[in-house]
Amino acid sequence: MSASEPLLRVKDLDVSFGGNSVVSGISFTVNPGECLALVGESGSGKSVTARSLLGLAGPGSHVRATALDVAGKDARNFSQRSWRSLRGKEVGFILQDALTSLDPLRTVGKEIDDALRLHSSGSGSQRAARVVELLEAVGLDDPLRRASQRSGELSGGMRQRALIASAIALDPLLIIADEPTTALDATIAASVMDLLGDLRRAGSGMLLISHDLATVASVADSIAVMAAGRIVERGTREQVLNSPQHPYTRALLAAAPAGKPRFTKLSPASTHPKPPPLQPEQATVHQGEEDGVVLPVLSARGLIKNFPLSKTENFRAVHNVNFDLLPGQTLGVVGESGSGKTTTARMALGLLRTDAGTVELLGGPWSQVPESARRNRRSSLGAVYQDPLSSFDPRHSAEAILADALSLGATRNPRAHRQQISELLSLVGLAPDMAQRRPATLSGGQRQRLAIARALAPKPKVLICDEPVSALDVSVQAQVLDLLDELQQRLGLSYLFISHDLAVIRHMSDHVLVMRAGEVVESGTTESVFTAPAHEYTRSLLAAAPPSLSSI
Amino acid sequence: MSDFAKIQSSPSGVAGTSHGTRSAARWLLSKIMGGIFVLWAVFTAIFFGLRMIPGDPAQAIMGGPGSQASAEALAAAREQYGLDQPLYVQYFAQLWRLVQGDLGTSYSLKSPVVEVLAELLPPTLILAGLALLVAWAMALVLAVLSTRSGAVGVALGSGLEIISAAVPHFWLASVLIMLFSTMLGWLPPVSTNTPAGLVLPIITLALPLAGFMGQVMRDSMAEAQRSAFALSARARGESETGVLLRHSLRHGALGGIALSGWALGSLLSGAVVVESIFARPGLGRSLLSAVTARDIPLVTGVALFSAAAYVLIMAFSDLAERLVDPRIGRS
Repeated sequence: MSASEPLLRVKDLDVSFGGNSVVSGISFTVNPGECLALVGESGSGKSVTARSLLGLAGPGSHVRATALDVAGKDARNFSQRSWRSLRGKEVGFILQDALTSLDPLRTVGKEIDDALRLHSSGSGSQRAARVVELLEAVGLDDPLRRASQRSGELSGGMRQRALIASAIALDPLLIIADEPTTALDATIAASVMDLLGDLRRAGSGMLLISHDLATVASVADSIAVMAAGRIVERGTREQVLNSPQHPYTRALLAAAPAGKPRFTKLSPASTHPKPPPLQPEQATVHQGEEDGVVLPVLSARGLIKNFPLSKTENFRAVHNVNFDLLPGQTLGVVGESGSGKTTTARMALGLLRTDAGTVELLGGPWSQVPESARRNRRSSLGAVYQDPLSSFDPRHSAEAILADALSLGATRNPRAHRQQISELLSLVGLAPDMAQRRPATLSGGQRQRLAIARALAPKPKVLICDEPVSALDVSVQAQVLDLLDELQQRLGLSYLFISHDLAVIRHMSDHVLVMRAGEVVESGTTESVFTAPAHEYTRSLLAAAPPSLSSI
Repeated sequence: MSDFAKIQSSPSGVAGTSHGTRSAARWLLSKIMGGIFVLWAVFTAIFFGLRMIPGDPAQAIMGGPGSQASAEALAAAREQYGLDQPLYVQYFAQLWRLVQGDLGTSYSLKSPVVEVLAELLPPTLILAGLALLVAWAMALVLAVLSTRSGAVGVALGSGLEIISAAVPHFWLASVLIMLFSTMLGWLPPVSTNTPAGLVLPIITLALPLAGFMGQVMRDSMAEAQRSAFALSARARGESETGVLLRHSLRHGALGGIALSGWALGSLLSGAVVVESIFARPGLGRSLLSAVTARDIPLVTGVALFSAAAYVLIMAFSDLAERLVDPRIGRS
């Protein structure tokens, strides 16, 4: 093929499963050295598109196109053998979650070696040397040892790099990366994106698939936005980010919390009916006020928690953490995975014993008293988790879940709480007919709304939200964040808000704690932490975060 | 999880080898202690269970109810075997003998149980071991072939497995004897220790087991086939057969290994039926006649031996699982 020919030419691609159209009539090209980003939310058909370019759309799929040229070859009538000679050799494919994308029973070296062996590239010892070379090229230290380890022994970032090594083993002309950084912490995601950027500069064409405009913005030359199986907008990166034409693109851009001040709406005006006016006693906030001094509703002093790794060694999960959560305010806790955020939250909830230090709730002792002394105050503290589905009993309907919470576990009979259940549902913007639905039949956003309703059922003063929007698409995330904002203002709630996402934390918080390796490295008002970070680690976190889209 | 991995691989982490040896020693110790506990529990259950069966053990010693032994002879037998002692004395006396490796003397065969077991064990072990191997081979072939040939193959394989798993040993044995001995005359209906004599008993034992194991293996294989690592293997250019053999097979084998301990238990109980039908000497048939004859020491001996074999095979399958799946036991 000549240099000017596109690596990928797709025209009118249709993919359907048993008559259900998943992708309809999409067209795009990728030229050598170019990076096209395909952006859309879950269910938009972007992953299926990527897989059909390798003939891997899956069993039961029906793929049609007027043109499907991959690496200069017409792939429309490819035999399995032709597909196989293309995969791995001309096109490298990087999947999302490297923990499951590498065989847990085989060593990383074997997995990478497969690509070389399948396309008969060199003798055994030559290939072994190449595997080590590749692991080094993707930035893994001690590559010789890594080659003999399995994916379970590597950290998330190392795994993703190893997966990339297996995809680029034969220097493919085209790299297709499906959400390559989604499961990773910000600093690691940034370094993986840098690696992909290097590969692109080295001349590979790239099709980058993501749900997040901000992630792809730093690497992509052009962006195609997908919704419901179609490309709704396409243009250069600058065109799409700075002057979006399609309302869906605009909504996506508006939904990103980066650079949006507190209490600005991220989602379009809500379509659900406004909840009824609240009882006055719910709206009062002035709980901790005494002689003009605002007392914290939740405070921690010198929290310490160690987990034993072996008889002699401890894993220092939380070390000397202090914070004060003021009434009606949000305290954001940010840090990468393993920094001790969740352990702190569990101690604040009184679900995990502290090794040292104290937690006080509403001015009274909390962590150091027995559960029997805590029980009657439990209702003033609620929790919302990242994955609501696993926190619901799958056999209970939404109303049974709420009845259970309303009665503090005494009954799951919804009849006893009919009125309160419908109030709660409308409070979180769920339609009344959701009451009979089971969690598995709700969408991700609806589940999180139900989880919030459940947390609000005993009328708490404080909500502890642990990564409440991390598993959600950006537009759904925007709706849930808006809901939390609205509830805080109407009910006077205080939030301890945990997230690894700096943009979300900045948008939601009045004060911020930055945690690393169990310690608070920086704390202060959101404004001061984000505009004048004092600690080096905070600065590195801020540098790793994808840029706010408006600044491109 | 990822951070634990980071911590453990850091230079300050515990040195790999000494840690490994220590955890292996602890594993072995826990297996031994567990095994001893199981044997004690089995002994206790058997001891009291057998005494709840109506009838006089002294009668059994004297050759069963038909022997018309005199009252004096019965009393003498009771005294000789310690049956006139209080139950708890008998219990501790027997437990003590057991600790010393003495299983007592068989009532019906009048020879030490240990010797009886040593004689009966090899034929049963050969039968059970070969049946396990054949079951493994059948299950693997069935699982691989049916997974390989798509939805129809899976449905067909699954149906075959369910039928064979549901077939009772005695029925299968009768059908096989009718077909291959009576009608075709290819194989002997009575099992001798010749290779031909082993074929029908082995098939009778292996077929239902292969059905069970095939189901489990194919489920784990199908899951592996759908996984992200299978997709990335295909995206590297791996063929369907390659994905199956290099990735899914190992995941499928894990399911089979986990079942093997249970499988041996089921083979030993199957041996009771199969050895009786094919008139084959062995542990199973002797257990049956020992129970009928109320031969308490022999029943206890066979039960204890089965329990010990079960504990041993469980430990082996645990070990095999660790070898196939390096994730187990690392934390």
